[in-house]
Amino acid sequence: MSFLQITFYVFSTILVASSLMVITVRNPVRAALFLVLAFFSAACIWLTLEAEFLAITLVLVYVGAVMVLFLFVIMMLDIDIAKMRAGFTNYLPLGLLIAILMAGELVLVMFSKDFGSTSLPRPAGQGADYSNTKALGELVYTEYVFVFELAAVILLVAIIAAISLTLRRRPTTRYQAPERQVKVRKADRVRLVTLPSRPEDDS
Amino acid sequence: MIPLSHYLIVGALLFAISVVGIFLNRKNLVIILMAIELLLLAANMNFVAFSHYLQDLSGQVFVFFILTVAAAEAAIGLAILIVLFRTRRSINVQDLDRLKG
Repeated sequence: MSFLQITFYVFSTILVASSLMVITVRNPVRAALFLVLAFFSAACIWLTLEAEFLAITLVLVYVGAVMVLFLFVIMMLDIDIAKMRAGFTNYLPLGLLIAILMAGELVLVMFSKDFGSTSLPRPAGQGADYSNTKALGELVYTEYVFVFELAAVILLVAIIAAISLTLRRRPTTRYQAPERQVKVRKADRVRLVTLPSRPEDDS
Repeated sequence: MIPLSHYLIVGALLFAISVVGIFLNRKNLVIILMAIELLLLAANMNFVAFSHYLQDLSGQVFVFFILTVAAAEAAIGLAILIVLFRTRRSINVQDLDRLKG
């Protein structure tokens, strides 16, 4: 067994085990942390496929941003876990049946000769001076530049949607109104009164 | 040497596990969102594996865009989840029957 094979099998075992934990563990925080482990081992598997840029993107974007978002949301919500788990075992047989059917079908297709080592051999690795990031960047900024800008628009839409969905103005909170503050004139606020001076009373 | 089918089988197992996750945790909206993330990861795994074995970088570009859309989907989904929790005080899927006639 070569080093590459050992790496692949170890990380894919961790990946499958941690994704099993994600769906079965009781506490949502633990599920999120197991999802982090799953993403991390998936990134390591992608490294064996020479997709270095995507591997580091998966770690930075998913582990660094999306999973932190998940953890924030889980900790903000006050969830009754016991109520959520009710009926967990009721759905287990049906879910397992469908999953076994689906995985069995997919594995049957994938064990066919078309995906084996003989018909589709593993290509020789690129040299040490090959840059996956550079090659990917050249492709993204030339052939797929329109789709790339579309992705940017999608991200902008997501930002605006997420902010406008969660932004709320409580009716009880008092806010400043700068436009009204600017419009105020002296005559609106100040009243000058002339008072007659009075002689001293104590004499 | 690792054949392509082993990578594809890992992807298939991941896909099946996340579908079971949606079935098992059909009350907990957070876990359903996590299972969807796993599902997209399984698809990405196949894309990257085929991209390497066919020596075509377009597969990796597709994964790049899937990651973008998945991040946007997670952000909007969690925002909707928070708004839902504010109004209903619950994220149980079975409590979400206000649209039922």
